[in-house]
Amino acid sequence: MRLRRFLLTACLAALPALATAPAAQAQGTIRIGMTAADIPLTNGQPDQGFEGNRFTGIPLFDSLTMWDLSSADRPSTVIPGLATEWRVDPNDRTRWIFTLRRGVRFHDGSEFNADAVVWNVRKVLDREAPHFDPRQVGVTATRMPTLRRAEKIDDYTVALFTSEPDSLLPINLTNLFMASPAQWDRHRAASPNAEAAWGAFAREPSGTGPFRVTRFVPRERLEMARFDGYWGEKARAERIVLLPIPEANARTAALLSNQVDWIEAPSPDAIPQLRSRGMTITSNAQPHVWPWQPCFAENSPLRDVRVRRAINLAIDREGLRTLLGGMMAVPVGTVPRGHPWFGNPSFNIRTDKAEARRLLAEAGYTPQRPLTLRVQISASGSGQMQPLSMNEFLQQDLKEVGVNVEFDVIEWNALFTNWRNGCQHASARGAHATNVSFAAMDPFFAMVRFWDSKMAPPVSNNWGHFNDPRFDAMIAEARNAFDPAERDAALARLHAAGVDEALFIWIAHDVAPRAMSPRIRGYVQPQSWFVDLRLPYIQ
Amino acid sequence: MFFYLIRRILYAIPIALAVGFVCFMLVQIAPGDPINAIVPADAPGDVVEQVRRDYGLDKPLPVQFGIWLLKVVQGDLGRSLATGRSVWSDLSSAIGNTLMLALVASAIGFILGCTLGGLAGTFRGSFIDRAAVGIAVAGVSVPHYWLGMVLVIIFSVQLNWLPAMGAGPGGSADWAWNWEHMQHLVLPAVTLAVIPMGIVTRTVRGIIAEIMNQEFVTALRGKGLTRIGIFIHVVKNAAPNALAVIGLQLGYLMGGSILVETVFSWPGTGLLLNNAIFQRDLPVLQGTILVLAMFFVALNLVVDLMQTALDPRIKRA
Repeated sequence: MRLRRFLLTACLAALPALATAPAAQAQGTIRIGMTAADIPLTNGQPDQGFEGNRFTGIPLFDSLTMWDLSSADRPSTVIPGLATEWRVDPNDRTRWIFTLRRGVRFHDGSEFNADAVVWNVRKVLDREAPHFDPRQVGVTATRMPTLRRAEKIDDYTVALFTSEPDSLLPINLTNLFMASPAQWDRHRAASPNAEAAWGAFAREPSGTGPFRVTRFVPRERLEMARFDGYWGEKARAERIVLLPIPEANARTAALLSNQVDWIEAPSPDAIPQLRSRGMTITSNAQPHVWPWQPCFAENSPLRDVRVRRAINLAIDREGLRTLLGGMMAVPVGTVPRGHPWFGNPSFNIRTDKAEARRLLAEAGYTPQRPLTLRVQISASGSGQMQPLSMNEFLQQDLKEVGVNVEFDVIEWNALFTNWRNGCQHASARGAHATNVSFAAMDPFFAMVRFWDSKMAPPVSNNWGHFNDPRFDAMIAEARNAFDPAERDAALARLHAAGVDEALFIWIAHDVAPRAMSPRIRGYVQPQSWFVDLRLPYIQ
Repeated sequence: MFFYLIRRILYAIPIALAVGFVCFMLVQIAPGDPINAIVPADAPGDVVEQVRRDYGLDKPLPVQFGIWLLKVVQGDLGRSLATGRSVWSDLSSAIGNTLMLALVASAIGFILGCTLGGLAGTFRGSFIDRAAVGIAVAGVSVPHYWLGMVLVIIFSVQLNWLPAMGAGPGGSADWAWNWEHMQHLVLPAVTLAVIPMGIVTRTVRGIIAEIMNQEFVTALRGKGLTRIGIFIHVVKNAAPNALAVIGLQLGYLMGGSILVETVFSWPGTGLLLNNAIFQRDLPVLQGTILVLAMFFVALNLVVDLMQTALDPRIKRA
């Protein structure tokens, strides 16, 4: 009797502790079904687009600046990461000074310092460096086009140099992940060349991130364990297992049969079934644009701003949202209203078919002389949502205002290639617009590469050869605005001008749907392409 | 027999060359650019061109083909453009996984096909015959991926009996024949088995029907042999042809399981090829097709030799 009372008392005493325990005791293994066909590269610069950054970049490595992924209620902003502060040199605006965080260690135990930063910049920008890796250049240099080199000032201070004054550098640097030089040196000592050393590093990577790799089976799975020596807030989950499952139905079945706890991008058709089985469906505004990008070449009807505006007005985006089971956001520009870069455009993107018809008639297109547009689209592809059904919906919508749309459906890789070639290239096959979705979390990705005349093919993604000195001047102004508020104001002016000129046909923003087991707790879906894997745990 | 073997092995060389060349050219003709496996689409032109030079993709096609061929002769299938990993290391694990799947599927297809075909041939015109033929026709007609999804919905999603994807509990098939691993094998193997099952059923039915009409069967009956005894004789006569069919099916399953491997996320050659096609990963594509073609050639050779061994009437010149 006494023993029973003692046990009862002990249990009652433990209750408050259990009630407050989740954060402290939370653990378990979260198994994630990715859309990627392979494990994103673990050499410090992931491939597979931003899904790579999401799963093997941010969790395993850190960057000097990082995205704040802690809130679902506001657009993610750049915060200190491995650098605690940064400033541009007032005497030389191509020189940035970064103060590094002290006491940070890589997973292999070596110290993170200025030498490590210089080493990581050289790995992708210095072709003479012994550890230069051409494989990592493609996914790095493209995302920080003005970065040229790094120089150590002292153990915890480093200078980064750009080719021209560029206030966007701290944002771009979220893409440069810091790999451990000591770990690479160890592999190099046992490898015949630098390429093989990087291959060995990828099998046993070492970064400073909140997770470290414990098992890597190429093409099949990556297991990560919580890194208890992490400098910041430690992960709640003990382990994360990443499984590449490129087929949407296979991902859904894997979740429903309890083989995984979380899947990326469930098919919209499967969402009711997932809900009925108690799964949690999460989504949030994402810096993503699903557009038609117009061609501004001499003979393109989309050179006329009235036509571009008319098409923007002819689209029933709410209907499209219904088609997608609610899994899209209705765009009013490249960034949403309320975003620091939104500005005050006078052109209000909405559905107004009467106004669309009026503008088309003004531009000379009538039922007797209808407008015919040719658009290059893909049947599938990363970030492309449901391209065929969405485009067919648009085709029907535009028919109502007298615009005939013909599609040139090509494979995703080919569409990508053509995107780089531009609309005047033979590969465009006379298309007046192309349908490539893109990330818009960074001003360079969101606007500069499309609207800067210097970014015309083959330099970057100004596919339509848009060329307007007003926009070039606004972009230069934004790059030269080093005060964050000034820079945001300049970007807002640029964005507003882009909306007024209807430089895209803005059709949808993805909302990054995910489905997960109700056992997953603590998950926050930020307004970003990324997630903070330190937060979720499994109950 | 020895010279026949040598001659068949020598035949494989021009076949390998032709396969390599056709595959190389087909990938070049297809729209899209292998450079997309290495750099994102938003890469500036100068970076793209630099990376293209680094990987030798700027060289004329005959030079690229020559370099690849030279390496292959030395046993080096190159490195994946997408991952930088050795093609051979990825391919060897993928072949292992696919071989396991194909063997189990072939065994299921062979056993079911021989049983159904044997019954149908023996009881021609009966309900059993019609049912077996119906199953065989359905087996060769039903799309793989559709059947795979139906099986997943029933056995994984609804009943929760079997896993829906993956090759094993730890990610790899590992050739571990315990129930934990075999659970992962059941659904893809059954899905893959339906086509060989259908083909073998029809083949065996035809052969058995033909043999049953031959005089030696009448003679055996006249000698008072039991039904089972006669059946064994008939099966022995039918075996070489059935074996040839299943041998070709094994080759087909090795290369033709792209859809099934994709539906079940089975990390074999089909999934590897699928990914390589979408990424324009030239070295993986070339290496995989070459090795599969050589496997097919070798398999044909083995089947020929086994047929000869089983049926002394077949003589090789």
